[in-house]
Amino acid sequence: MIRGTFERELRDLQDRLLALGSEVGENIVKAVNVLNQRDLIGARRLIDADKEVNRKRIEIMTDALVLIATQQPMAGDMRLIASIIEITGELERINDYSKGIAKNSLLIGAVSLPDVIGHMPEMASKTQLMLRDALEASSRRDADLARAIPQADDEIDALFNLTYRDLLTYVADNPGSYELINYLEWALHNLERAADRVINICEWVVYNVTGEYIEMDSEFEAPPAA
Amino acid sequence: MNAYYGDFRAVKNIDIQIKPRQITALIGPSGCGKSTVLRSFNRMNDLIANSRLEGEILFHGQNIYADGVDPVEVRRRIGMVFQKPNPFPKSIYDNTAWGAKINGYKGDMDALVERSLRQAALWDEVKDKLDQSGLSLSGGQQQRLCIARTIAVKPEIILMDEPASALDPIATLRIEELIQDLKRDYTIIIVTHNMQQAARASDYTAFFSMDEDRAGYLVEYDQTQSLFTNPKNELTEQYITGRFG
Repeated sequence: MIRGTFERELRDLQDRLLALGSEVGENIVKAVNVLNQRDLIGARRLIDADKEVNRKRIEIMTDALVLIATQQPMAGDMRLIASIIEITGELERINDYSKGIAKNSLLIGAVSLPDVIGHMPEMASKTQLMLRDALEASSRRDADLARAIPQADDEIDALFNLTYRDLLTYVADNPGSYELINYLEWALHNLERAADRVINICEWVVYNVTGEYIEMDSEFEAPPAA
Repeated sequence: MNAYYGDFRAVKNIDIQIKPRQITALIGPSGCGKSTVLRSFNRMNDLIANSRLEGEILFHGQNIYADGVDPVEVRRRIGMVFQKPNPFPKSIYDNTAWGAKINGYKGDMDALVERSLRQAALWDEVKDKLDQSGLSLSGGQQQRLCIARTIAVKPEIILMDEPASALDPIATLRIEELIQDLKRDYTIIIVTHNMQQAARASDYTAFFSMDEDRAGYLVEYDQTQSLFTNPKNELTEQYITGRFG
């Protein structure tokens, strides 16, 4: 192989990206679980674990820049490395949202939750699946798969709207709960934003494969009034 | 066009439009005919005993291989700079003025020499020693002197056959910067084995490869930034990413 060293280093970057993506996907689900189950120790662990995600992101990005400097990649190699840098940035932001949900959990404290966030575990699972598929698309250079993933975000948005309505309804009926509901709204917002970041990852996968960057955001829909 | 050396077809079916006042890089693996194509553009191949060309090369709509066309005049208007700097064993001044003199230039030769050396980014380094031999200069300076010599006869196109491959990295970058300046006034076509140089220094890139019959052919021709970020042809992708060649 003419560029054996370069090929190995590229594969290593991709493998590390996939491993980081898998960890970040698990953290989304964990974050909602610790919120739901009032697991404050688990919440603290998640917050601390974010430092490690940040470190891995910086490492991948730095190694990618070294590859650019030393190997002068062109065409598909260059687009791959550019997309790896961007995708690790998106993964780091997704994990920030998981950390945010864990922080909301700590702020809520050791109180039980009203039955208003029933859809959030499903939102977290769907987001994890979206992320898994996006990383699969990246690994297989499958632009068609990447283009199909944003449709799943519509389902997450629908669940967001339902949950948001439930929160508004609850606080309208229970005005003393506004602080609790406020933290839950932030957690819900973080979860919805995590899914949006997965769409950004899909955009970078398509760019890597086709050389064209096309935005895939779904149309904005305001949540329903309470 | 097709170019032959005897019965051997070196390049086949070349159809390319060079953009004026732009830098076009010709890249491709060894033996694919890049230099043959380059030399065809100013009939330098005429100087090779058994070479011939079938087809046309149009310059301002006129075929430079048509009967009655003066190849010397072609080479004045389409100048060439070679891989190995080749200043004459003459003074810097005489090197620069040489082409203009033999073409019968009657104007202010001092001004022409200064203008040419300035355009070649060499004037400040040699203005106080124009009577010194061109061979006393460094490799990079000699190459810029050759460029000045080419410019002095006011060509429209400058052909460069790996102009920096014999130079150190700093001299190479200076030649690349010079080429960027020159394109304001000249169309430049450059053969290079250095893909990073082609990517850095050119506006358009033509990728040639060798077919099974050993004839070179044009694979892809596009704006440099497109060709090096998202080539249309798989063979181009393979070559510029170093998977073959």
